[in-house]
Amino acid sequence: MPLLNVNNLRVDLPVEAGMLHAVRGIDFHVERGEMLCLVGESGCGKSMTSLALMGLLPRKARLSADRLEFDGTDLTTLSERRRSDLRGARMAMIFQEPMTALNPAYTLGNQLCEGLIRHRGVSRREARERAIYLLGRVGISAAKDRLDQYPHQLSGGLRQRVMIAMALMCEPDLIIADEPTTALDVTIQAQILRLLRELQREFGTAVIFITHDLGVVARIADRVAVMYAGEVIESAPTPALYAAPGHPYTRGLLSCIPTPGRTPPGSRLQAIPGVVPSLVGDVEGCAFRNRCPQAQPTCERTPPLMSLPGDHRARCHYADRPVPAPRQPETMS
Amino acid sequence: MNAHSTTGVADSRPSRTMPSASMSPRTSRSPTPALELCGLSKTFTLGGGLFRRGRALGAVSDVSLRIPRGQVMGLVGESGCGKSTLAKMLLGLTTPSEGDVLVDGRPLRGASQKALARRIQPIFQDPYSSLNPRKRIAQIVGLPLQVHGIGTSREQAARVAETLDVVGLPRRAADQFPGQLSGGQRQRVAIARALIMRPDIVICDEPTSALDVSVQAQILNLLLDLKAEFGLTYLFISHDLAVVEHLVDRVAVMYLGRIVEEGTREQIFAAPRHPYTRALLDSALTPEPGLGVPDIGLGDTMPDPSDPPAGCAFHPRCPKAQAICRQQRPRLEAFRDDSTRVACHLA
Repeated sequence: MPLLNVNNLRVDLPVEAGMLHAVRGIDFHVERGEMLCLVGESGCGKSMTSLALMGLLPRKARLSADRLEFDGTDLTTLSERRRSDLRGARMAMIFQEPMTALNPAYTLGNQLCEGLIRHRGVSRREARERAIYLLGRVGISAAKDRLDQYPHQLSGGLRQRVMIAMALMCEPDLIIADEPTTALDVTIQAQILRLLRELQREFGTAVIFITHDLGVVARIADRVAVMYAGEVIESAPTPALYAAPGHPYTRGLLSCIPTPGRTPPGSRLQAIPGVVPSLVGDVEGCAFRNRCPQAQPTCERTPPLMSLPGDHRARCHYADRPVPAPRQPETMS
Repeated sequence: MNAHSTTGVADSRPSRTMPSASMSPRTSRSPTPALELCGLSKTFTLGGGLFRRGRALGAVSDVSLRIPRGQVMGLVGESGCGKSTLAKMLLGLTTPSEGDVLVDGRPLRGASQKALARRIQPIFQDPYSSLNPRKRIAQIVGLPLQVHGIGTSREQAARVAETLDVVGLPRRAADQFPGQLSGGQRQRVAIARALIMRPDIVICDEPTSALDVSVQAQILNLLLDLKAEFGLTYLFISHDLAVVEHLVDRVAVMYLGRIVEEGTREQIFAAPRHPYTRALLDSALTPEPGLGVPDIGLGDTMPDPSDPPAGCAFHPRCPKAQAICRQQRPRLEAFRDDSTRVACHLA
């Protein structure tokens, strides 16, 4: 049984113009100890998905799901109290900007230990010992002195290491990391990703890693789910997704990035024309069809999730067969 | 030579004299670089008081660079390395503590801000905060023309419309507000605003970092097209090495306020000589599954810019550091031929 099982998850947000369908019926699962990357561009619903899993959606948001199970527990019917027992103890979250996620008024020691004391009822001394151990494990020197420091006394890279240590305090089964390295410099990003991957394997923690960066995904993910306009449009084991992307959006994303050795310097990059459709109100048919270079009349019908060889799925009418005749894409605006 | 005559609309500039003698008309095909930085430094003072001397923070130290006309110089380095301070000095937004900026061989020092704005224009990172949300696009793009008193209002409107065409924005965008546009469209507005003064040099400070990848490709294509069409010279500041490799002719790598390596794109990307350049390249995660995340072997003890390490500023993080690196600061020296410079004792 997978650790997390999500079926037909929807998140709706009332906005001025009507109802914003931020997440439009997504399915995915996470196995124990695996790294699943949820990848997509801004507004695709990836962060709303993570907040829904953590039970941290904005108050006015409406959630529905056919199934939202964490280790056999139905999350949709859980009381806020039980939910809060789960949060931090068995599901932890790492945010993009550690400075806003850490409380500036409390010492690191306070914040690191709070969860363990609250969830496991251990003594302050035991909690401090584990905090010192984990700070050492995430590569922070003089861990003992750091406990009495405040977040502002640390660099961005160190703060993110503290966030990782904090997420690991209660040895959770699942960590949701929402763009945890986007705000960091590239050399620091590489070190943090390496660390996260190492610890994840060591502790056997499952990770949902949310990112827009297909370079990062290629290097760390076991499996990938690509999101577009509130839907998972493709999911596959990482090598399969990069070797043979089944959805035109995934193919477009991959060809957008200049790749040394493959894209001649100064050449035109393949851009995806147009913009993401508005998710206020209903979206008819394939949400990508107005930007798709191979869109057909068929695409006005909602595409099914097509199965491809090797646990690979793509939401496109033409994922498993050739497109009749190519059509010129619309000009960019 | 007016590279912009290709757009077919009368340029009002020839009818006006240049406001500053220090900014004389350029000569075409001269070997003088479009932009030259000579020993440029900027020092800030931290924590000083009425009776107390502050500490000096060298944000930019002794930077010398030449950018030939029509070329793209990439400037890479991590946050706090001085990239943006350098850009501000070039734009006249902050005065250098030492050194000079030469535009076509003429010093910028003493030139008026207005004269400067005609030659050098910026494109900033965040098209959400760099555009006034209460102004219509036509006003935003046309404002430089008003400030400089160029043309009648009818001519100004024509030039705005033409510039919107050039950057690929629909004409109807002219009457819209920034909030009605997507991120990519806003960055096109920022580019239009930079180009309407028909500058020779554009300082691009992380122009695509705030954009989604699908949109980033559109903007990079546009920047390349505009460079070819108008013969623009770019200083392209970015932390994204894949983008830099795609766009630039030469690359300068900055660490803690200094250039540590500078050379052609081919040389820097194929055979970097400075260990920091090497580490930056190793950290760039290309979309190749199976490679994992490389161990770049750097500590993350970021140095304090107000108290830089003695000797080579990079030595505390450098996997190859020797005794000499802790004692003596390496000079930026030409390597074999003049085309490459590197500041490393071990290069």
